[in-house]
Amino acid sequence: MSETGASRPIIALKDVTKSFGAVSALRGVSLELYAGEAHALAGENGAGKSTLVKTLAGVHRPDSGTVLLHGEPVVFHGPADAQAAGVAVIYQEPTLFPDLSVAENIFMGRQPRAGLGRIDRRAMRAETAALFQRLGVGLAPDQPARGLSIADQQLVEIAKALSRDARVLIMDEPTAALSGNEVDRLFGVVEALRAQGCAVLFISHRLDEIFRLCQRVTTLRDGAWIASEPVEGLTHDDLIRRMVGRELDALYPKQDTTPGEVALKVERLTREGVFTDVSFEVRRGEIAALAGLVGAGRSEVARAIFGIDRFDAGKVTVNGRELPPGSPTAAMGAGLALVPEDRRQQGLVMDMSIERNIGLTGLAALRRGPVISRAAERDRARDWALKLRLKFARLNDGVGVLSGGNQQKVVLAKWLAIGPSVLIVDEPTRGIDVGTKAEVHRLLSELAGQGMAVLMISSDLPEVLGMADRVLVMHEGRITAEIPRERATEESVMAAATGRAAA
Amino acid sequence: MSVVDGKAPQAAGVPERSGARTIVDTVFRARELSIVAALAVLIGVTAAANSNFLSGQGVTDILLNTSILALLAVGQSVVVITRNIDLSVGSVVGLVAFVTGDFLASGGSMPLGILIGVAIGAACGVVNGLLVSFLRVPALVVTLGTLYVVQGLDHYIAHGRQINAVDLPPAMLALGNEGVLGVPYLPLIAVVIMLAVGYYLRSYPSGREFYAIGSSPEAARLAGVPVRRRILAAYLLSGALAGLGGVLWLARFGTVIADSAQGWELTVVSAVVVGGVAITGGVGSVYGAVLGALLLTTIGSALVVLRVNPFWQQAVTGALLLLAISVDRVLALRVARLLRKRNVRHGS
Repeated sequence: MSETGASRPIIALKDVTKSFGAVSALRGVSLELYAGEAHALAGENGAGKSTLVKTLAGVHRPDSGTVLLHGEPVVFHGPADAQAAGVAVIYQEPTLFPDLSVAENIFMGRQPRAGLGRIDRRAMRAETAALFQRLGVGLAPDQPARGLSIADQQLVEIAKALSRDARVLIMDEPTAALSGNEVDRLFGVVEALRAQGCAVLFISHRLDEIFRLCQRVTTLRDGAWIASEPVEGLTHDDLIRRMVGRELDALYPKQDTTPGEVALKVERLTREGVFTDVSFEVRRGEIAALAGLVGAGRSEVARAIFGIDRFDAGKVTVNGRELPPGSPTAAMGAGLALVPEDRRQQGLVMDMSIERNIGLTGLAALRRGPVISRAAERDRARDWALKLRLKFARLNDGVGVLSGGNQQKVVLAKWLAIGPSVLIVDEPTRGIDVGTKAEVHRLLSELAGQGMAVLMISSDLPEVLGMADRVLVMHEGRITAEIPRERATEESVMAAATGRAAA
Repeated sequence: MSVVDGKAPQAAGVPERSGARTIVDTVFRARELSIVAALAVLIGVTAAANSNFLSGQGVTDILLNTSILALLAVGQSVVVITRNIDLSVGSVVGLVAFVTGDFLASGGSMPLGILIGVAIGAACGVVNGLLVSFLRVPALVVTLGTLYVVQGLDHYIAHGRQINAVDLPPAMLALGNEGVLGVPYLPLIAVVIMLAVGYYLRSYPSGREFYAIGSSPEAARLAGVPVRRRILAAYLLSGALAGLGGVLWLARFGTVIADSAQGWELTVVSAVVVGGVAITGGVGSVYGAVLGALLLTTIGSALVVLRVNPFWQQAVTGALLLLAISVDRVLALRVARLLRKRNVRHGS
């Protein structure tokens, strides 16, 4: 293994093993983080990346193996110990306090002090404002964290990590929800930190970002260490091969289909202050992508179509039937399914088992007399788990133990089980590994091939370009462009998404 | 169109003075103000119907009756803010009142008696806290259990006896019924403790951590907040204040039987919720909780003065509780909508 930067790593893991019950999350993994080096951690979801991060963060203690700080073995008894050692972590799922202000969120546990040990609120606010300035974020320090978009939450997380003046900065998918500009700024800040001698561990499913930001990459597969090597000289394909251990079929297996009749028709849909005058159609057998920057109002449109939020004006028609506003039950009855953006909060009941989650959308169908038939529920779950190639130990395991990609499959199973004619998927592959991503893409493509109308909301541009028959672009609550597959390019979509062109 | 309005501050690139925070602040201050307003209306109407209501004695009675409830509400709100609950306080008050009374009646010294009372309360709090925080048993179940255990203990110790005011040292009864410059001691004690706890929760890092835990326990753990220690501390405080409440109960009433504060835990929880402390944690203040206690007590007194059947008192308390929770919910939705309209412009 080559050594760059200082001769001794700031922090390292040596032969770390960690199991949760019967599932072994890490098996003999080693990792060395050097000052001034950005180190990427690659691997499919479920490969053990998050467990590794939590081990470094002091959340988990290894079953065997050691954590080395400046070459000395240490035991972190909790997150506070790791923080004291200079480790700052940006978790994949934002962990904010919704009831507290953004500034309090950033400084919780280590607020600047005034006399008598009191909190120095003014200093706290000023430091927060300075951090936001550095990140180029337009958030106010006194704003409560409740109601922030995922992107803004992620930015608060980043500010929190930066405020710690960390020696080691660990970022578990910090860019998943960010727009291009925000990613650029984040990378600028990370570069500056690296130049100051900070060690960076970076996790992203966007391989481009790994190549852009990092010097070295460690790959994990199924909890085992595969390789640690310099990024230079590697290709995307090399990396993917190491991650999945096999050649990938094309990442975007789009089947050609001929669109049928209109399945979903949205006319002049408006919700005050959120989106305005949104009209489009999705035909059977077609994948329409709804592209745009985070916050353009795409998810909100989907929520309004499905009846979660009310709309102030406009009309939604599914298979020729107009939907009453504000009724998800009616939407489901009409053959509409929505796979939401935030699978942990909105897509799944985290405390319930896989089979129960899948059964939720069809309790009426699972009824035998007045009671739910466990057998029918289990059959339905097993059926879909096999169809979607879900990786699970037992169907009555909680969905919480599954990796992100597998959780997403459960959400998909839950909705596909009702046999919808229109499927709306919101960020279907956010935070999902390359392998599962391709599976989800193939699935969407097959569904469209079978005559389903698919509306896909995505911030992942290659995904939009690779999968969509037609790209609808939203900018600040309006649809600014409708681009057919042939003409959809990164430039044309971005131009419409940023409002530069009125295509 | 508000989407367009929002572009100006955004484009300036400088974080604007947040309107959103002001809204939230206003909403919560509005809660405390609305209780004050409700109190004013209530007092106005009652005083108009019966001028005795605002006589010196009438006001003193309300203050005395509020004090112990307010003290318990302060402790309870700290627990509720951490997304827990302490149902054992009523039993603890009863136990402490009896044990302290027993000790003083048999000739014990008053400062030691008070200390014993508070210590018993604190010990009960520690038991609750350990069970909730370290064994991770749901707070509702734990404190329901300790409610009955403490109640049983009280009955066992009392064995059908009663403590009589005549056996207590006069200084003890003075503590409960006299005051300085016409202001009774009890409300003074309650106010001092309220201010101290309120200031601590607002201005000290460890105080803010109670809110953090209630707002998101998982995030608090990841932020390095000593969650279990804080929850233990919340129960310790609630228990100790219940102990103090028991001592003051003895001082106020003099004559006590076993489990004299039976059912008070629910009144305390009502006061806290009416006072704007969210039962789901993370939101509220001890000031609100104390105002809630004052409102409930005043309603009780007003209904007596207005010669309303006492049956209605509980119904009114219940209605008020439902109103408070409904108002909270409506406000929360309003705030969420306002915030959403603001935030839709941030993702650039």
